[in-house]
Amino acid sequence: MKLLEPGALLDGFAIDECIHSGGMAHIYRVHYANGQPNPGFDMAMKVPRMTAGDGAENIVSFEVECQIIQALHGSHVPRFVAAGDLQNVPYLVMEYIQGETLDHWIEAETRPGIDEMARLGAAMARAAHALHLQNTVHLDLKPANVLFRADGSAVLLDFGLSCHAHYPDLLAEQLRKAVGSPTWIAPEQVVGVRGDPRSDIFAIGVMLYELCTGELPFGSPQTEGGLRQRLWMDPVPPRKIQPDIPAWLQEVVLRCLEPEAAQRYASAALLAFDLTHPTQVLITERGLNTRGTKFRTHFKRWLKAAGMHYQPSPVPSQQVEEVPIIMVAVPHKDVTDATLYSLRQAVARSLGTRPGARLACVTVISSSLTSTSDDEKSETSVHRRYLTDLRQWAQPLDHPGHQTSYHVLESGDVAQALLSYARGNDVSMIVMGAATHGLKTQRFVATVPIKVAMDAPCTIILVKQALPFEQLGEPVDAKRNGPDYSDSDSDEASLFGDDLGPLG
Amino acid sequence: MRLALLSDIHANLQALDACMLHARAQRAQRFAFLGDLVGYGADPVAVVQRIMLLTEEGAMVVKGNHDAMALHPPAEVKTVGDSTAKWTHEQLQSSQLEWLEQLPLTLQCENVLMVHASADQPERWRYVYDQRAAAASLDAAVADFDVRYVFGGHVHMQTLYYRGSGDGLMPFTPQPGVAVPVPRHRQWLGTIGSVGQPRDGKPLAMYALLDTERSQLTFHRVAYDHHAAASAIRRAGLPAHFADRLESGR
Repeated sequence: MKLLEPGALLDGFAIDECIHSGGMAHIYRVHYANGQPNPGFDMAMKVPRMTAGDGAENIVSFEVECQIIQALHGSHVPRFVAAGDLQNVPYLVMEYIQGETLDHWIEAETRPGIDEMARLGAAMARAAHALHLQNTVHLDLKPANVLFRADGSAVLLDFGLSCHAHYPDLLAEQLRKAVGSPTWIAPEQVVGVRGDPRSDIFAIGVMLYELCTGELPFGSPQTEGGLRQRLWMDPVPPRKIQPDIPAWLQEVVLRCLEPEAAQRYASAALLAFDLTHPTQVLITERGLNTRGTKFRTHFKRWLKAAGMHYQPSPVPSQQVEEVPIIMVAVPHKDVTDATLYSLRQAVARSLGTRPGARLACVTVISSSLTSTSDDEKSETSVHRRYLTDLRQWAQPLDHPGHQTSYHVLESGDVAQALLSYARGNDVSMIVMGAATHGLKTQRFVATVPIKVAMDAPCTIILVKQALPFEQLGEPVDAKRNGPDYSDSDSDEASLFGDDLGPLG
Repeated sequence: MRLALLSDIHANLQALDACMLHARAQRAQRFAFLGDLVGYGADPVAVVQRIMLLTEEGAMVVKGNHDAMALHPPAEVKTVGDSTAKWTHEQLQSSQLEWLEQLPLTLQCENVLMVHASADQPERWRYVYDQRAAAASLDAAVADFDVRYVFGGHVHMQTLYYRGSGDGLMPFTPQPGVAVPVPRHRQWLGTIGSVGQPRDGKPLAMYALLDTERSQLTFHRVAYDHHAAASAIRRAGLPAHFADRLESGR
């Protein structure tokens, strides 16, 4: 369709200026022609360039975008307003979002700092995770398709090559062909796999690599052979190009770019987690290497890649849910051994059947515990003490398949600190004691567990203390009569008495 | 129009009632029954009676192979299906047999073609269980009737076949309850599953709902009292196997 002039009308929308003129479509700012106010946000209209004579793929991908954008919700995608009849007046009206695309940072004169790169990467990973939870894989993530809002969160654009597990995939065909942009496309997409959320993680890896080094990890291949290179080849380690890149960041970037999807992050939430907790990244040879992969390794992988072919992928949300981030809130005071024991048992059970799960052990300390003037109470030394306690607590849970990390949060409001940590890290499940925190005050206000349970963004397991039989001997009985236990007994009583009030 | 598509009821009154209730709650305006009203199940008389009444308010019905078998039961019992045909024939009233006899093999409503098995020689009752069989049915339907949608039953599975960017048909397994866009400019073939004889291990009735205005197709799975349906089979003295399989959904 030819360019629309400002003031032109299309199906009840009045065209303002053209804000983007791409190979596939024009994008205009629009408003309702009948004077109706905007739906609470500004609107943009995408009109495909196709006419009857244009390529079929252009039309199909516009059709795919119209279908998928209507099925998505949340702050990481533009809101849908209207779509025209594809046969007569094809157009798509959606939310217009102010912001810069990642191109802004990639094309900038100076490279962003390490913190900035990690922040951009984590925002992209969170947006991708939100999409994956909705059973959709983007499959065409690239700098022009990731927009950053003023608050730093990312919005994903252009769903023309995306795949929704609950819709027929119009872009799939029996002769599996690579569908995607050559620079960012994942190896499995090259052999026609559509629908693996880890393909998006690969694309984020390519963008992070370019942010780190200013170079593309696999160039922009024009041929099938060039595309297949990424099925076996590791890119040059970023630290070889830019020695100031820290090992942890290289570890993260190269893990995203693993040729085999199973070697990458199993979910975008796990990627976001590492990017926001640099000190917790498990650095391997991948992060330390500054020389590149040996010829022998590449040759072996090349042989294996020659036989790589299409395999159907599991449903995205299912795949992502199999690798949850489990957060356990471990109290550091007023806590009985029985509670600590029961918490650990509950965590072990939750991790048990999920080999890819990640465990975050969190404790919240009062801000008053640290001091900038007193060396003994300096932030690092206080945190170190609590981190050691956390490690000791989690030690029996040690399992090679699970990655565990430890976090000390400083806050006056324990419940809010736990909740914002869970939200900020896409935690899938919170495990905490049914009544452990705030023993003294809970008769008058809702307890921490109840506050967390009411506002939790995910499943929460409230663990009631129970000691194993072998420990129910004399010493414990003796202790039970002591002051510690009488405290926690009253704790239990009030939890199921007065405190149930607000829950109704 | 919101058209409810139900097939392979197999004399399962409980499953039929549950699907009808569900479809009406989804604001279905018209009903189509794609054959195999009887066979296997214990309530052929009540099921046929229900559907005959529904035709008065515009329901469309095509004949299935089990309906044909109940009209003319084989003299010699070779398959498990044959064994209930004679019993069913004896149960049905003569007016019901006459009504079953006159049912067509295919029906067209706007751009939708309904058939029990394959639109490619419907009287051969070919199973549409893969892309090739689906392509044969769809091609025959498009050539003979100028339609965009073909719906059938017979295979007791819910699958939607569509043409993507390539030439061949692609199979798609729908998620129950999710409205799938089925735009008119493409060609679609759906096997809508079985109301009364689910065989995927879940004792849930299957049907589908087509919204022609929105061009959306929703496949549904509906819980029904399968214990009651199984008890009815046992009480009627039919082979216990038919009761057991309803309870296990096999």
